Amino acid sequence: MERETILSVRDLDVKFNLRGRKLHAIRGVSLDLYKGESLAIVGESGSGKSVFVKTFMGLLDANGWVDGGQILYKGEDLVQFNTEKQWLKMRGKEIAMVLQDPMTSLNPLKTIGSQIIEAIELHQNMHGEEARKEMLSILTDVGIAEPERRSKQYPHEFSGGMRQRVVIAIAVACRPKILICDEPTTALDVTIQAQILNLIRNLKKKYELTTVYITHDLGVVANVADRIAVMYAGDIVEIGLCEEVFYQPKHPYTWALLSSLPQLGVKGEPLYSIHGTPPNLFNEVKGDAFAPRNPRALKIDFEKRPPYFQVSETHKARTWLLDPRAPKIDPPEAVLKLASEGVKGYE
Amino acid sequence: MSDEREVLLSVNNLDVCFGKRNNRFKAVDNVSFDIYKGETFGLVGESGSGKTTIGRAIIRINPTAAGEVIFKGERISGKISKELDRKVTRQIQMIFQDPMASLNERAKVDYIVSEGLYSGERLPEAERKAKVEKALMEVGLLPEFASRFPHEFSGGQRQRIGVARALIMQPEFIIADEPISALDVSIRAQVLNLLSELQKERGLTYLFISHDLSVMRFICDRIAVIHKGVLVELAETEKLFAHPLHPYTRALLSAIPLPDPAREKNKKLEVYDPSQHDYSVDKPEWVEIEPGHMVWGNKKELDEYRKIVNE
Repeated sequence: MERETILSVRDLDVKFNLRGRKLHAIRGVSLDLYKGESLAIVGESGSGKSVFVKTFMGLLDANGWVDGGQILYKGEDLVQFNTEKQWLKMRGKEIAMVLQDPMTSLNPLKTIGSQIIEAIELHQNMHGEEARKEMLSILTDVGIAEPERRSKQYPHEFSGGMRQRVVIAIAVACRPKILICDEPTTALDVTIQAQILNLIRNLKKKYELTTVYITHDLGVVANVADRIAVMYAGDIVEIGLCEEVFYQPKHPYTWALLSSLPQLGVKGEPLYSIHGTPPNLFNEVKGDAFAPRNPRALKIDFEKRPPYFQVSETHKARTWLLDPRAPKIDPPEAVLKLASEGVKGYE
Repeated sequence: MSDEREVLLSVNNLDVCFGKRNNRFKAVDNVSFDIYKGETFGLVGESGSGKTTIGRAIIRINPTAAGEVIFKGERISGKISKELDRKVTRQIQMIFQDPMASLNERAKVDYIVSEGLYSGERLPEAERKAKVEKALMEVGLLPEFASRFPHEFSGGQRQRIGVARALIMQPEFIIADEPISALDVSIRAQVLNLLSELQKERGLTYLFISHDLSVMRFICDRIAVIHKGVLVELAETEKLFAHPLHPYTRALLSAIPLPDPAREKNKKLEVYDPSQHDYSVDKPEWVEIEPGHMVWGNKKELDEYRKIVNE
């Protein structure tokens, strides 16, 4: 199936300057984002997943810069942007973002209605009564009852889940093409989390959005993703369709991540745990970044960085295990169990 | 379960209130449960449900408004003697959620871990040092780490320091309040394994407070579900997952994200609407509906639950 690419990242390198030392946060990442899909980027804290998407909007911290590569969107290379004015065309209008913490992403001094209208006036060229009507309809869309009354309230009068709905309302009020959700439900309760994920899914359909989720919660990923990219130490180590990554994972890091899920553990027995810590990105990483934590790493893993090996048309992974010369190593038991039985649900 | 199991801690009709007079807010309402020696008892609920408050009331941080807490046969809530107070603070320890926030940034690990030992009679310095080293080794850290500061450690290591600080007091009972919520997936497994190892070695009893039911299912023997300060259901873990009775428990269970796309994408969400209960005439009570399975409901609801149980 030929799919239309909406955003294309080529060999992106991002570096940060921290107290005179260089940190290589993104190490040559390429990614095609397809129109209308829902992509989830999974990784631990510090894997670079947030930094990666921030480069799409020119939101890197002042001490960080793109050190090479391209980000192509509608025929333009975003890496070449050097004025705020160029970025302002992109932010909100083309790509919008929903952040983790709804407590800090709203202005506490303005009513939520005025915060949404601000986005509408800026991006949709509507004003006055027209903008107000649009605001009320968006509030209804995101599931806020009594929009007329609620729009005159301030953020502190809303609960966490409701605030996140408002943040989402502001994001879609810009009518973006791509919606990036950075840990959209991490700060919320499970029952609210399920509602917010449903809401984003419905809005995606209604507004024909392409969504990118960033999360470390594999449960959320299973719920929302069409495709999954697994990030480790500033690199995408495996990418494929949701089912491919969950049921036929190929990279040892993906194996380890899935094996350490408590849902796959056996009570009374120790849970699989990954030893050590992620590599220090101040130093140049040699070979496969995960090798030092991989008990079954091959010799070559420490010497040479693996290329991508194509598993299927939609699935590829950066591991020497897929090389035809590599010894055959089976995935761990927990991973096989996930593929054959799935996890225990309720009822 | 046999009845001979030794009860280590029991909470009877506990109320905890905040605020004064007109502004009074009941955060915990008539909560009762027993925790057996050597088990892991889970308390699950959403933010604001009062689960942390219960933990804090047990360890005497929050005063109780009514009811009592019995620890090893002695009442430890309300006014108690200084001696007993000291004993309680030694034997019940707490592990906190955020290892970034719960360690004193300006103190060395040596002091953080042994702070509890400074209360009461002083130990000789050499003995104190030896205890710190032992506690650090038990949680899988190196004794040299004693001279370092918290910022030099990763999240998982910091949480281990938090565990060492609790262990050094040789407690019998540990309240772990969201001990792994702030940690990454790979680190979580390490801390969970550490907690269960320690339990096996020392026969510790845990009160595990969390909102994450999938972790609870892995680690807890019994789980109590709390909603807005009221316990709505309590059962052995697998029983609770297999036959949840209270609609809130069902809603909570149905909302757990499952790391399994085939199941997750087809799951049905149950939504809990508190107004479905009509408690105006028929008052609800906390009833043991089958051995070891408690549920909150009024006569009409309980009859329905009984039918389900008997099926």
